[in-house]
Amino acid sequence: MSGIKVFGHPASTATRRVLIALHEKELDFELVHIDLKDGEHKKEPFLSRNPFGKIPAFEDGDFKLFESRAITQYIAHEYADKGNQLLSPGSKNMAILAMGMEIEAHEFDSVASKLGWEQVFKNFFGLTTDQAVVEEEEVKLGKVLDNYEARLSESKYMACDHFTLVDLHHIPLIQYLLGTPTKKLFDERPHVSAWVADITSRPSSQKILV
Amino acid sequence: MAGIKVFGHPASAPTMRVLLALHEKNLDFEFVHVDLMGGEHKKEAFLARNPFGQVPAFEDGDLKLFESRAITQYIAHRYEGQGTNLLPADSKNIAQYSIMAIGMQVEAHQFEPVASKLVSEQVFKLKKGLTTDQAVVAEEEAKLAKVLDVYEARLKEFKYLAGDTFTLTDLHHIPTIKYLLGTPTKKLFTERPRVSEWVAEITKRPASQKILQ
Repeated sequence: MSGIKVFGHPASTATRRVLIALHEKELDFELVHIDLKDGEHKKEPFLSRNPFGKIPAFEDGDFKLFESRAITQYIAHEYADKGNQLLSPGSKNMAILAMGMEIEAHEFDSVASKLGWEQVFKNFFGLTTDQAVVEEEEVKLGKVLDNYEARLSESKYMACDHFTLVDLHHIPLIQYLLGTPTKKLFDERPHVSAWVADITSRPSSQKILV
Repeated sequence: MAGIKVFGHPASAPTMRVLLALHEKNLDFEFVHVDLMGGEHKKEAFLARNPFGQVPAFEDGDLKLFESRAITQYIAHRYEGQGTNLLPADSKNIAQYSIMAIGMQVEAHQFEPVASKLVSEQVFKLKKGLTTDQAVVAEEEAKLAKVLDVYEARLKEFKYLAGDTFTLTDLHHIPTIKYLLGTPTKKLFTERPRVSEWVAEITKRPASQKILQ
């Protein structure tokens, strides 16, 4: 049932989210490199894959998707029986999973991606880090991570006692932030630190590092 | 099977999302008003329900949740046989479900960040006695126009965003759209024929009428 293709960039956090999910499920796929510098994502034929002009886009045979967190959910459900379990069955557990995915997308990602932009991605474009923004966003991230610390003191992983999509969605940005001074915010919280070490050392997390 | 409680504020768009889902499902629930002006959402009793200090929070028996779009998904699944179906027609069909999932991501990441800035500038700032920044409005309206162009193309092919039936994808948009219809931004919706029809459809639903003042 192959014919899986990911249209994205190996350094993109959203693309990596999808690649990690595919590796967790031990699925074969082709990564089609989209040339962001050339604006390929804002032109046809890419726009036919994602009219919002953002990577990644995805296909499995003739089924086409975009939005990384919709793609990972598709992979987790469609290939539920393959590789590692990424879901938690039952309506209560699925509700907690959904809540965890919302928290990552709305509470964590909004702050962490600003820190990633300032300290990592701006450098790719020859722009300078704005330290005032970094300080401001680190305060916010600290508060989010305090909540994570409390959660992870009760639960081995974010949604339950095993690794799921909720943990997976965090990995790409965390990997980047570990290479910046922001790393300290993760290190100084013991349960968060242990969780970060765990999820970033998974074989699938290692495979996507370029 | 009652024991559903919503902790929120009637003017909060995320709270309204949850109320819409409950009304669509004809579910009984208790609404517990959280005093946002008084900072109740940042104090201990509420933080125990949502440590991120945002409305709404929710409980159904002993299940406690927060994040409006997680709550609506729970309601849609848990009460699948009841009231309006908020999931795709064949909810077990992974492909169909994934199409709805894309729409929910698009609403959350492409539509809402832009639309909520427009609501903030043109509605909430005024309530606090501050002035609308027209430069921000112009900038955000340009972005919203592009998103709505994509919606227009989509709605030419399908009656609703995820297909031919009303789903969570459409529902999640309703509170913010209702706010924008009371501002000059309304024109962006009315000047796109299919978007305009869709907006009229989703805001005239009985559940929508119940929560939109």
